Amino acid sequence: MSKEMPQTPLLDQLESGPWPSFVAGLKRLAAAEDKQHAPMMKDLLGQLERSYQTRRGYWKGGVVGVIGYGAGVIPRFSEIAEEFPASSEFHTLRIIPPPATHYKTDLLRRLCDIWEQYGSGLIALHGQTGDIMLQGCSSDNVQPCFDAVNEELGLDLGGAGAGVRTSVTCVGAARCEHSCYDEAKATRIVVNAFLDEVHRPSLPYKFKFKFSGCPNDCANAVHRSDFAVFGTWRDDIQVDQDKVKDYVAERGRKGMIDQVISMCPTRALSLNDDDTLEIDNKSCVRCMHCINSMTKALAPGRERGVTVLVGGKRTLKIGDLMGSVVVPFMKMETDEDYEALKDLAARVIDFFAENALEHERIGEMIERIGLVPFLEGLGIDPDPNMVIHPRTNSYVRTDDWDDEVAKWRARQAAKATARAPQAAD
Amino acid sequence: MAQLRRPVEHGVPDPRPHLHPLLARNYGQWKWHDRLRPGVLHHVAASGEAVWTVRAGTQRQMDVGTIRALCDIADAHADGHLRFTTRNNVEFMVDAEAKVAPLIARLEAEGYPVGGTGNSVSMISHTQGWLHCDIPATDASGVVKSLMDVLHAEFVQEEMPNKVKITTSCCQINCGGQGDIAINVQHTKPPVINHDLVAKMCERPAVVARCPVAAIRPAVVNGKPSLEIDERKCVCCGGCFPPCPPMQINDPEHSKLAIWVGGKHSSTRSRPTLHKLVAAGLPNNPPRWPEVTEIVVKVLAAYKEGGRPWERLSEWVGRIGWPRFFELTEMPFTKYHVDNWRGARASLNASAQLYF
Repeated sequence: MSKEMPQTPLLDQLESGPWPSFVAGLKRLAAAEDKQHAPMMKDLLGQLERSYQTRRGYWKGGVVGVIGYGAGVIPRFSEIAEEFPASSEFHTLRIIPPPATHYKTDLLRRLCDIWEQYGSGLIALHGQTGDIMLQGCSSDNVQPCFDAVNEELGLDLGGAGAGVRTSVTCVGAARCEHSCYDEAKATRIVVNAFLDEVHRPSLPYKFKFKFSGCPNDCANAVHRSDFAVFGTWRDDIQVDQDKVKDYVAERGRKGMIDQVISMCPTRALSLNDDDTLEIDNKSCVRCMHCINSMTKALAPGRERGVTVLVGGKRTLKIGDLMGSVVVPFMKMETDEDYEALKDLAARVIDFFAENALEHERIGEMIERIGLVPFLEGLGIDPDPNMVIHPRTNSYVRTDDWDDEVAKWRARQAAKATARAPQAAD
Repeated sequence: MAQLRRPVEHGVPDPRPHLHPLLARNYGQWKWHDRLRPGVLHHVAASGEAVWTVRAGTQRQMDVGTIRALCDIADAHADGHLRFTTRNNVEFMVDAEAKVAPLIARLEAEGYPVGGTGNSVSMISHTQGWLHCDIPATDASGVVKSLMDVLHAEFVQEEMPNKVKITTSCCQINCGGQGDIAINVQHTKPPVINHDLVAKMCERPAVVARCPVAAIRPAVVNGKPSLEIDERKCVCCGGCFPPCPPMQINDPEHSKLAIWVGGKHSSTRSRPTLHKLVAAGLPNNPPRWPEVTEIVVKVLAAYKEGGRPWERLSEWVGRIGWPRFFELTEMPFTKYHVDNWRGARASLNASAQLYF
């Protein structure tokens, strides 16, 4: 005799309304009597309803994993297992998706088949970590489920704990004209270089990479990653003046001035009397607004690459931090350029591993030691693009000021030579 | 001996086999895009080829039946490919404009709202809550379902001044992330310690180190090694709870919800910002959290009414000022809105510029 469906008067109220209901999905899984997950999902519904009644959570962690890996499974054991035995073990397997989460239906269907056989039938697409979350697996089924996913689908477990985590990548070059580098390629080259740290975490704390193709930051990299990679460009915005005129004709001068020209954060735009656009590219901060608002007329420049920000994280424990600029510009065209990004990431992770305290994110470490010691550890020279403004407090020792000035002058001279080789002839 | 199988460390898989053929052919060669209607993007490549993307909302926590239904739609309408956005919307790509309307009709018939593009309120980025997290004070999916039911109209149209990103988080760690509007748990009482369990379950130095205000110290209670809290110093962050569950921070009455506004991750126009506290003390009231919805709706209404085109919520407030924000949304401004954390002086008004 099959187990009865639990009474869920509170959850039932979440079945109505126009938005797709997760409760309806949970119930479908619980009612699928021919599937092994039905009893588990009945008890899961029972426990969730209990949480809705008591306003308490009932999961605790533990240790569950797969052979060879020290991370990727999030163990959950119920604290009220005696009442809800079938869902007493409800672990999550984090699975790394393809960058920007594109799927052939075939892959998702096979994933569903495997998960229906071993797990709850509940999948989050996707978790805040960027993973496919297979939610609800008994301890005994974790290994065979992973074996099937790993062998039959060629997918791998994601990160968890104090290691490198699964990344998030914007849609980028696959479907966006703002893309300034190959985000998916960068994701694979960088993250796949640290699989040991993904699977066998041994860092002071978690370390997240995120990849956005432009400063619009659709991957939420600035807030949510220790190492944020943004596409950008160094030369002038590409302008099609005929298309600019079309936009002016369509929106009117007032619309153009109010919605484009005046919204430039550095007053780098001006509308000419003939309805063409004048751009002071030296004052442009690559904010994307004018490009976003006139996609047919404007495009990022041709000399493209990335900006790297380090140190973003969420609240725990010293409060929210955003990443800040560590590398203003790296060209990202050749394979060597992508290798250089990977090498930079390796140096950052090495410094983090050596210098962060236990359970300290890299942003917190930089807050503690200061940006300059971090830059010196990496061998990166200070750059005015790293600050909003220079120091305001005069309490600073400037013992080797002259040496630092000489270094700056030498760097500037080297840059000038590199940029204008013909002029030296 | 399948038990001893070593994993194959595939890492991040190659996306190319999963890209819609049109996207694969024009990879890195897109020229411009526009939006034909809410929920539909139209991208044109240098080759002259065009792709139409139809975006629809999902519940994120999906049963295999839902995922198969989405796959059926992709197979029937979109050449067997689909993708998901960072806000858990599903996208189908088609190679002809004529294929858009039938796809929309099918999605809507099956209960997936088409929208979430441009100046809409997109799907709420959220966490696991009571469904799966070990430290939640509230649910995630239920809060989101309740809000999206009410905000459905703003998802399927593009009537806001600019895009609106909402997030929810079930504890103060804020895994849901920064948002134009963020709905986060706010603990209001220090943890209640179960001294019988601390020695068994917690590595005490690690717990002491976790406290951001050094309010926790080792102690012996009833003859057992345990911890004690200086309750005057405690900021009720709940940071000690994950490493030490006997530091019981969650409480049906005292774990409240707070609303924050003005987070923005893009560097577009203004620099990225963090969200700011506007309301606290809201009851944790399942299954529909009506008190939360009421404030979110009020904030959105004021922004929709007063925001100029392209202004994100933080930029709108940046123009009209916080006094006007609190006036328009009819919310009280209290001493708790004045920051006293590190760097707080930077949030004080050191000028003679005032709004009246």
